[in-house]
Amino acid sequence: MIARARSTIWLLSMLVLAHIGAAYAEPSSQDAIAEYRAMFGDENPAELWQIRGQELWHQKRGPKNADLSACDLGLGAGVIDGAYAQLPRWFADTRQVQDLETRLVTCMTTLQGLTTEEVLQVKFGDGDKKSDLEALSAYVATASKGKKIALSLAHPAEKAAYALGEGLFYYRAGPHDYACASCHGEAGKRIRLQAMAKLDDAAGAQEAYTHWPAYRVSQGELRTIEWRLQDCYRQQRMPQLKFGSEVAIGLTMFLAKKAEGGIMAAPSLKR
Amino acid sequence: MNSTLRNVVLAAVVAATCLPLMAQAADPPDDTVAEAMKASFEAKRQATMDRLTQDETQTLCTMHARGPLPSDVAAKVAALNLATIKAPADGQYLGDFKQGEVIASTGSGLQFNDDPQQPAGGNCYACHELAAKELAFGTIGPSLRNYGKLRGDTPAMLEYAWGKLYNSNAQTACSRMPRFGHRGILTEQQLKDVMAFLFDPASPVNQ
Repeated sequence: MIARARSTIWLLSMLVLAHIGAAYAEPSSQDAIAEYRAMFGDENPAELWQIRGQELWHQKRGPKNADLSACDLGLGAGVIDGAYAQLPRWFADTRQVQDLETRLVTCMTTLQGLTTEEVLQVKFGDGDKKSDLEALSAYVATASKGKKIALSLAHPAEKAAYALGEGLFYYRAGPHDYACASCHGEAGKRIRLQAMAKLDDAAGAQEAYTHWPAYRVSQGELRTIEWRLQDCYRQQRMPQLKFGSEVAIGLTMFLAKKAEGGIMAAPSLKR
Repeated sequence: MNSTLRNVVLAAVVAATCLPLMAQAADPPDDTVAEAMKASFEAKRQATMDRLTQDETQTLCTMHARGPLPSDVAAKVAALNLATIKAPADGQYLGDFKQGEVIASTGSGLQFNDDPQQPAGGNCYACHELAAKELAFGTIGPSLRNYGKLRGDTPAMLEYAWGKLYNSNAQTACSRMPRFGHRGILTEQQLKDVMAFLFDPASPVNQ
């Protein structure tokens, strides 16, 4: 059954990719995006990542030959229901504020005995080189679908991460003087035809944050917030944002907290 | 309660009440953000680490990003940036509008995945409406449709528009528009071409 779901979704992806190639040449790309969403209906290729993530979660791997059923994402060992909707958060064992991706790295290294280098070898998938982290993120995020975002800022490190994220959101730098707020500081604006959410208030942050991770049709990959943020900074003309860095965690904390009360709807489908 | 104890309690209450307010008022949390930026990025091709360091304009505009810009800060930012504007060496403001149109439509340039051998674009359409035929325009900046037709091409008007392109912050302190000339995003010739795209009567902007 899984195999059949896979082939159906791949066929759809190919059809839609071809369709978008044509649609991008036209000015009304907003319509084209609505059209390809309709073509997918309830199908989302993200399901392929989710299925692979589920397999990875239960698969005994690494020198310790362990699965991830003891992985604590903040709600107790092995609990994934609603776990994504309360991340990032402080973890006492690592003494760090962690987002989903960095917490998965912790679980894979401590429980399975994999090295950080091994886990981070493919952070972001590209064609045949698929990322285990993206697959696991899809699996865990799906288990928060319909859950309300609620984050703790009780620990001083959580508060500090939020404050850092807030400072970063308005921090102007680089040759173009861009901050996150340059494009995401005002509601109802667009870049070319792409609507830009105002991410420092609840409505905009909820609309954006509840839809990640997402399947990016233009890339044929499932992407997480870590990917989204480093790609925003690329467009801001900044150097490469490091995976799991203070900035990545701080901004994620800021966005997630702003999106509090929103209902998780990831993984979604994006252009 | 003896008076010493009362004073201690009072001080604690005052501190607890005032500290959050003070933390809110101190705009950029000192160097925390800058330090975190340095620790969280690595140079990639032309996107070098010095890009994370703010100039005075960026620092001031970041400090006041969340509130109205105080008039003295606005005046300071405007003066700082006005001083950077260089008129074209040959006194000619207008280049080739067809080249200008390409620059206005091109979004690449200076990102770490861009080819540094290729000239950077101005990406005007990301934020502005220009030619009628281009429907994929952004709305962060005002419409520039019929720019030259509506305003004419008097020397004062040309000088104004040149200044806006060269360094937007000279006229509008902390504008979100990049400082294309001052920051070396576009060359003098490219700026002239964009000027022609805005002013040339034959340019699609004015059709």
